[in-house]
Amino acid sequence: MLSVEGLEAGYGGARVLFGVSLEVAAGQLVCVMGRNGVGKTTLLDTVMGVLPATGGSVTFDGRDVTRLKPHERVRLGMAYVPQGHDTFPQLSVLGNLQVTLEASPHRDPAALEAALDAFPKLKPLLKRRAGFLSGGQQQQLAIARALVTRPRLLILDEPTEGIQPSIILEIEEAIERLHASGLAVLLVEQYLDLALRLADRFLILDAGRVVRSGEAAELNAPEVHRLLAV
Amino acid sequence: MEAIVNQLPIGLSIGAVLLLIALGLTFTFGQMGVINMAHGEFIMAGAYTAYLLQGWAGGQAVLVALPVAFAVAGLMGLILERTAIRHFYGRPLDTLLLTWGVSLVLQQLARDLFGAPNVQVQAPGWLQGGIGIMPYNRMFILALAIGSVVAIWAYMNRSGQGRRMQAVMQNRRLAATSGIDTGRVDMRTFFIGSGLAGVAGVALTLIGPVGPALGTYYIVDAFLVVVAGGLGQLRGAVIAAAALGLLNSYAEFWSDASLAKVIVFGVIVAFLQFRPQGLFVVRSRALT
Ligand SMILES: Nc1ncnc2c1ncn2[C@@H]1O[C@H](COP(=O)(O)OP(=O)(O)O)[C@@H](O)[C@H]1O
Ligand SMILES: [Mg+2]
Repeated sequence: MLSVEGLEAGYGGARVLFGVSLEVAAGQLVCVMGRNGVGKTTLLDTVMGVLPATGGSVTFDGRDVTRLKPHERVRLGMAYVPQGHDTFPQLSVLGNLQVTLEASPHRDPAALEAALDAFPKLKPLLKRRAGFLSGGQQQQLAIARALVTRPRLLILDEPTEGIQPSIILEIEEAIERLHASGLAVLLVEQYLDLALRLADRFLILDAGRVVRSGEAAELNAPEVHRLLAV
Repeated sequence: MEAIVNQLPIGLSIGAVLLLIALGLTFTFGQMGVINMAHGEFIMAGAYTAYLLQGWAGGQAVLVALPVAFAVAGLMGLILERTAIRHFYGRPLDTLLLTWGVSLVLQQLARDLFGAPNVQVQAPGWLQGGIGIMPYNRMFILALAIGSVVAIWAYMNRSGQGRRMQAVMQNRRLAATSGIDTGRVDMRTFFIGSGLAGVAGVALTLIGPVGPALGTYYIVDAFLVVVAGGLGQLRGAVIAAAALGLLNSYAEFWSDASLAKVIVFGVIVAFLQFRPQGLFVVRSRALT
């Protein structure tokens, strides 16, 4: 479904990614791990087209999307929840969902209902301005907003970062349900135990290169711990 | 006392025109970070549109010109954005110089097309006269500004296009990754913002002559409205425009035009010492 080949990207003169390759098969949950600053967010930004790729390619459903704009990738079925649970702060919770629905190709109101069903705690907050929500609520809104586009691949960047533990569990369960329902997920996650519970496959980045990848079952190896230790 | 009352309609109608001009500026600045020095020439284009339509529409030219000037100025803005400004996003200084150059070229173009001397647009007969101290033409300008603000508010808060515009203003990156075609939204914003300047130009034909430098008289004040009102703030812009219009007309009445400019400038600078963020503060820019 998603195929990344030898991806290179960076900021101005500073190269961050040095030929990253990865595959996400249909319905699979692939977890990207690695210490802070190794290039995980840069990788997702480049996969989504926020940053231009300076080398390599991104293929989605057999189609080369390397040069497409972010909104064009969304139309093809990719959805992105960036790091930091961003929302449109002055819009209401409903407005946040609506604006995404209206920009999506299908514009099916049932998708909005389905997204809310995935995060029922948002339902009483629909009229509230998104900027006034707690971090955990904003993260739930951010994922719900991505779901409104009816994606076939969901890309999540550290969805549990800086979020109160009670809500982390809810988010984990929601991701698990979405994955179980057949959605492919590319997840960046720092918590090893959470990654272990969710992932089918994993890969570990270090200094902009994939240094280890495999089945989730192999994740316990001491080498993995060493690569993730600060 | 009588002088204070008599200057009121003048101040308010100038404020109304400033508001129309400032709305466009605050859109393009709030959303794209673009300081468009050529915005004043869209006012001039709107005014000349009314002048040109006189031959065909006669005394009703002003009325016919409102939608036409909106479209003409809007298209000029759109073309400027597509051909030039969008290549300079994120480079405010380059944009400033570029649009300043465009502004001079457009003024020269107007001189070549219509001649350097001012021309006059005849106001419709039904705008002659007034009620008490309030002349109909100034009332019309006020109503035009109020109508525009209401329309803009409704567009921003009640339509899908307006919602997308707000989304891009509040978080451009997130808007793009949420599936919004930000380039399209930028084009639309530029069209509407520039179109409003055209409407302001038509309004100005009701209270004075039209010349190639028409825009330059108002553009600085309009920028002051944007700064004093708080960027991207509809409410702030309304209050700042009214205040500036009144301040201008009173200062001009009690001194002379150039001293008035100095006084107004001094008041604004003093005001910004106390509230550098403008009248209204929000954490992110949005039209509320
Ligand atoms: N906007 C930026 N401009 C310049 N350098 C950046 C920017 N964002 C990230 N970097 C650098 O790129 C590297 C990778 O960052 P990032 O992809 O955010 O890492 P991670 O998500 O794995 O923590 C870091 O060295 C970081 O300092
Ligand atoms: Mg990161």
